[in-house]
Amino acid sequence: MTVTIDSDGSGEHANTPGGSASVSPVDAGAPGDLRTSRAKLVVRRFARNRNALIGLVVIVLLYAAAFLSPLFAPWSYTELDYDNFLVSPSGSHWFGTSKVGEDMFALVMRGLQKSLTIGLLVGLISTSLSAIVGATAGYFGGWVDRAMMWLVDLLLVLPSFLILAILSPAFKGKTWLIFVLLLGLFSWMITARIVRGMTFTLREREYVKAARFMGQAPWRIIVKHIVPNMASLLIIDATVNVGAAVIAETGLSYFGFGVQPPDVSLGTLIASGTESAQTFPWLFLFPSMFLVVFVLAVNVVGDGLRDAIDPNSAGGRRKDRRKARKEYQDAKDKARANAPALAGKEAS
Amino acid sequence: MTAAQTMFDEQAPSENGPVLRVSDLTVSFPSESGRVQAVRGLNYEVSAGEVLGIVGESGSGKSVSSLAVMGLLPQQARISGSIKFRDRELLGLSDDQLSKIRGKRISMVFQDPLSALTPVYTVGDQIAEALRAHGHSMSKQQAHNRAVELLDLVGIPNAANRAKAFPHEFSGGMRQRAVIAIAIANDPDLIIADEPTTALDVTVQAQVLEVLKTAQEVTGAGIVIITHDLGVVAGFADRLMVMYAGKAVETGQVDEIYAHPRMPYTLGLLGSIPRLDAEERQPLVPIEGQPPSLVDLPPGCPFAPRCPMVVDACREAEPPLSDVDGSEQHRAACIRANELIAEDPDAAEVFEVEAVEEAAIAKVPREQRPIVLSVNELVKHFPLTKGAVFKRRVGTVHAVDGVSFDIRAGETLGLVGESGCGKTTTLMEILGLDTLMGGDIAILGNLTTSLTKQSRREIRRDMQVVFQDPMASLDPRMPIGDVLAEPMQVHGYSKQKIASRIPELLDLVGLRAEHAERYPAEFSGGQRQRIGIARALALEPKLIVLDEPVSALDVSIQAGVINLLDELKAKLELAYLFVAHDLSVVRHIADRVAVMYLGKIVEIGEVDGVFGDAKHPYTQALLSAIPIPDPVAERSRERIILTGDLPSPANPPRGCRFHTRCFTFAALPEDKRQRCLDEEPVLAAHGDDQQAACHFPRARAVL
Amino acid sequence: MIGFLARRLVNYVILCLVATFLAYLLASLTFDPVAILMQRNPPPPEAAIAAKRLALHFDQPIPLRFVHWLGGVVHGDFGRTVTDHNVGDELLPRMGVSLRLFLVGVTVGVILGVILGVVSAIRQYKISDYAATVFSFVILSTPVFVIGPLLKTGALQVNDWLGTEYLKFTGEQTPGFDGSWLASLGDRLRYLIVPTLTIALQQIAYYSRYQRSAMLDVLGSDFLRTASAKGLTRRRVLFKHGLRTALIPMATLFAFGFGLLIVGGTFTEHIFGWYGMGDWLIVGVNTQDANVVATVTLFVAVLVLISGWLSDVLYAALDPRVRV
Repeated sequence: MTVTIDSDGSGEHANTPGGSASVSPVDAGAPGDLRTSRAKLVVRRFARNRNALIGLVVIVLLYAAAFLSPLFAPWSYTELDYDNFLVSPSGSHWFGTSKVGEDMFALVMRGLQKSLTIGLLVGLISTSLSAIVGATAGYFGGWVDRAMMWLVDLLLVLPSFLILAILSPAFKGKTWLIFVLLLGLFSWMITARIVRGMTFTLREREYVKAARFMGQAPWRIIVKHIVPNMASLLIIDATVNVGAAVIAETGLSYFGFGVQPPDVSLGTLIASGTESAQTFPWLFLFPSMFLVVFVLAVNVVGDGLRDAIDPNSAGGRRKDRRKARKEYQDAKDKARANAPALAGKEAS
Repeated sequence: MTAAQTMFDEQAPSENGPVLRVSDLTVSFPSESGRVQAVRGLNYEVSAGEVLGIVGESGSGKSVSSLAVMGLLPQQARISGSIKFRDRELLGLSDDQLSKIRGKRISMVFQDPLSALTPVYTVGDQIAEALRAHGHSMSKQQAHNRAVELLDLVGIPNAANRAKAFPHEFSGGMRQRAVIAIAIANDPDLIIADEPTTALDVTVQAQVLEVLKTAQEVTGAGIVIITHDLGVVAGFADRLMVMYAGKAVETGQVDEIYAHPRMPYTLGLLGSIPRLDAEERQPLVPIEGQPPSLVDLPPGCPFAPRCPMVVDACREAEPPLSDVDGSEQHRAACIRANELIAEDPDAAEVFEVEAVEEAAIAKVPREQRPIVLSVNELVKHFPLTKGAVFKRRVGTVHAVDGVSFDIRAGETLGLVGESGCGKTTTLMEILGLDTLMGGDIAILGNLTTSLTKQSRREIRRDMQVVFQDPMASLDPRMPIGDVLAEPMQVHGYSKQKIASRIPELLDLVGLRAEHAERYPAEFSGGQRQRIGIARALALEPKLIVLDEPVSALDVSIQAGVINLLDELKAKLELAYLFVAHDLSVVRHIADRVAVMYLGKIVEIGEVDGVFGDAKHPYTQALLSAIPIPDPVAERSRERIILTGDLPSPANPPRGCRFHTRCFTFAALPEDKRQRCLDEEPVLAAHGDDQQAACHFPRARAVL
Repeated sequence: MIGFLARRLVNYVILCLVATFLAYLLASLTFDPVAILMQRNPPPPEAAIAAKRLALHFDQPIPLRFVHWLGGVVHGDFGRTVTDHNVGDELLPRMGVSLRLFLVGVTVGVILGVILGVVSAIRQYKISDYAATVFSFVILSTPVFVIGPLLKTGALQVNDWLGTEYLKFTGEQTPGFDGSWLASLGDRLRYLIVPTLTIALQQIAYYSRYQRSAMLDVLGSDFLRTASAKGLTRRRVLFKHGLRTALIPMATLFAFGFGLLIVGGTFTEHIFGWYGMGDWLIVGVNTQDANVVATVTLFVAVLVLISGWLSDVLYAALDPRVRV
């Protein structure tokens, strides 16, 4: 139950879960501590969240493994071991070999490199796009807003997976960067709609009104008050988008619509491993495992970041991590649920 | 009340002894920083037909203790002691056993009527459900019929039809009536009302209290009414219990407590209420500081850190409730109660509040002061849309329909009225500096319609705003320093200037320079409102527009903010446009007052004139609805209860807009009524600085 | 209300047409079926290629081709494939296959998802809640093309354990199965279990997260307290007042959930060898066939249209505040 204990009164302490005991309003006698920079504060809060920290460590390790392992791994992904076809994992081939004698470890690391880079780039592109478009549409309303909503509706009817599949013959044989760009261009709409919905509510907040009445320019209000107050949402969404982009990339590559041979990504590896998943499981399991672990880690980190960034969230300054984690999880779930629900309502 | 007679046994069951007896009740919750001792040993009892008022600030444990009685606390709450209802122990009963008592013998009315009803069922169904939950033999039809009778009893007009409405189609006051109907549905022995009027307008508050009185009469139940406002219970409660930090600190008969408070806290609470019946302007008594954290409370009196009378002995042991004034009825928990008995000082003396000196400009006659803001025949209409999600236009809301007033330098104009009367819209139009739908606004002599970009900027500088909600008015992601710097950055102040101005501003509103480093979430509501005021002062404006600046604060904290506003006004010679629904606050702070009803000003003038001798029946009704924290006066007051809610501004009544709720109109002979129906009254002068828009103005004592 | 729903319907129909046109346009711009033809060995004669171009109406501008195609669609003619088969002939069987898979998967997924979400909200912070959270996190982080093969492996284990090949997962029925109507249904069900599970798992994970937070929102609300104060038992309070209200935001999710489903369905069909619409899209792209791609898009669009419109209706049915 998330009952606010302090249910009486006019909301003097209403913002703080857990009642008056956890409130620490600045009392007149408290020694003023030095101003901690925003970034430091966020880092400190994030560090208190064990799951998120583990997630971050996993991501860092995955990046390190993907980009550093070629330096010391026994085989490169282009080498073929003609003595060993389809051998199971061993001392020399850590993840076994493929049917033409490729070293699975080297291949998986190469695929991971590609998938990670693509995920990061797409997450960045699509989140920035959605923040800009969504906040603009939400703040100004009118035709900008209507046009955007129409685009989003269209995307619901025409999933980006379908568009990219159709477009895939066009970038066959071209650089994978085009693929990245297209992926980014077609995955901002849903987040933009959520951002727009939040902008609608933020626009009516008294501090935004206050800024307007003091003569602040609209774009400055967007940059100073609206976007920072959605930071938690944007960060969660950026991470979720990274995860989604990796899944989309691997999915398209799985069908041969994404990264093209001879280049490999986790998707192409999983695709070629699927047929023999039962007989030669290492071909399938290793790339799948890395994919799932990465996406999972990204999602967990997204949640942790939300908590760290929001000064009102529970996890920030509490000693009891366990309880804090519970509370932030609720808050996060609410944020999640509200977002699409909001979007849905706006849609109507 | 024929319906009532068939539904309720007129007398409470003649069982002896109190209905409810709470003894040694403690409630604690787990929290990050340790266990919160929300209630720490509470004793009280309520007899049939008796009204007990429980008073305290937020977090004093007053709600928690009553939720404990209902068995509605969250599972992690640890409860000990004893709660006996008609000699039956309630603590330790299972949910099933309790649910047979809840709603049947003890019922509850909650604070926020807007969220108290399930949005997906009709009001009638929800009342019928309460009936059928306990009367299993009752048919659906019977239950429905009775629900309609109950709605009728609590004063919902056209009950049979309204029973089929969903909660969102009811106004706040109507929803609270529906909740009361649910509470009395099964003729309970005890009704607990938890701040039943806090979220409502004064006129509606008066109605709801009236309904509660009716409810008590028909059911003969004991009532526990919980509030933070000593005014509300003055005329309603028989006995009072003042709570602080989870304990009762003073109990007794209402009359005694109001006349002779024996605990400095009670004294402060009483002194913090702005009074409508105050002869001259007295400073309010703020109780500085915060209620203590209820985790690991230090030994000694929990009020000691905020108490003006504190001595060393106070910090040693927590004083027990003990008899004062030689009466067993009146008990207080203060070791210096005897001194209060001996001297009977007033609150301002004890709390050492000093009167604010008048500003130099206030001595200049009004006509000679420059006009800061003038509003002339302002009109604002909105399209009326229907449906929360699927919007479509169905009409026009006449939010503001020809409003004129002016404010001169160093003057405060209070703009009052019920919610929905158009006062906030008026304010937004003034602040918007945009093209107007009708009429004109001039700020410092500049018409808003003829502004260049440059002059608009300059006007923004001279006119600042303070909002109602201290939680929402500060960007939670900005440290206070940045919040205060923003207006100065916009208006091109140099970095050095800004850096030196921030500590100045904080000092001005009673905060300290170090606070600039902190985030809004770290401050209490009162402190945030001070920050909001500091931000408004940053550009040294001439006019500050205040939109209900204290209505979201506890009374004791409100007093501090009002005093601050008073002080700043005198010190900086500011002019205020003070929008509020609370007339006693306006009486305290304003020089002139304008009363709005349905988009029009119905009465305007100098405060003493309007409050002392109101001419418009609406002003009289508003004044009459304000409770006075004096039980004796309150009981003898004849209250004007307005019938019904504010009519929809989309379809204002013809002729005089107030005639649908007007008691003067109702008392008029038929031939005179026609004038009210046909002709819209205009503001006419009554005395030097008082105008009222009524065809038949007559004086009426309202205090 | 009726007027509103009608307007929404018109809006959806326009969206469907635009979406289909876009798909057709993009496909016609990027696809080059003739190039595939020319890669054949031995290369086909010039005349054959020219004839093919003509047959595919390559002499006309794309919008005109689309109008032609759309005109045919109105009469039930979906054009011909690159390999000169009638698209319409293949449409109905494939639609049947997909709908069978989707409908069962969605029904199971939504119901179980809502239940799981409600249970973990009510038992918040209990072991079951944590388990549900971990479950949905892992499932949502795992793409269908990993879940699918894993479930296949799992099914093999189950079959081993049962000692008979009870669970089937390649195709949708035993080829040449001959038996009574009932036996045939049983046979089909055995093929349906694993693919349905694949789809349902994702849907459960997706809906349970949202249902959990919607329910948590409601659990803290004042009206539940009012309901308890009336004397209703906890169970009645939770279900009659709590769940009923917490279902409202779910209505808007259905339209979004469908997008997930269609993409997921493509993989599921591919992995389990069901020749449905998703599989057809892959075939269409691989053979560079604009007519097939446009037809699949139209199917997807109509599905989304129906689900979007249904969620509008559902929303209005669940929430009286919207009805007015």
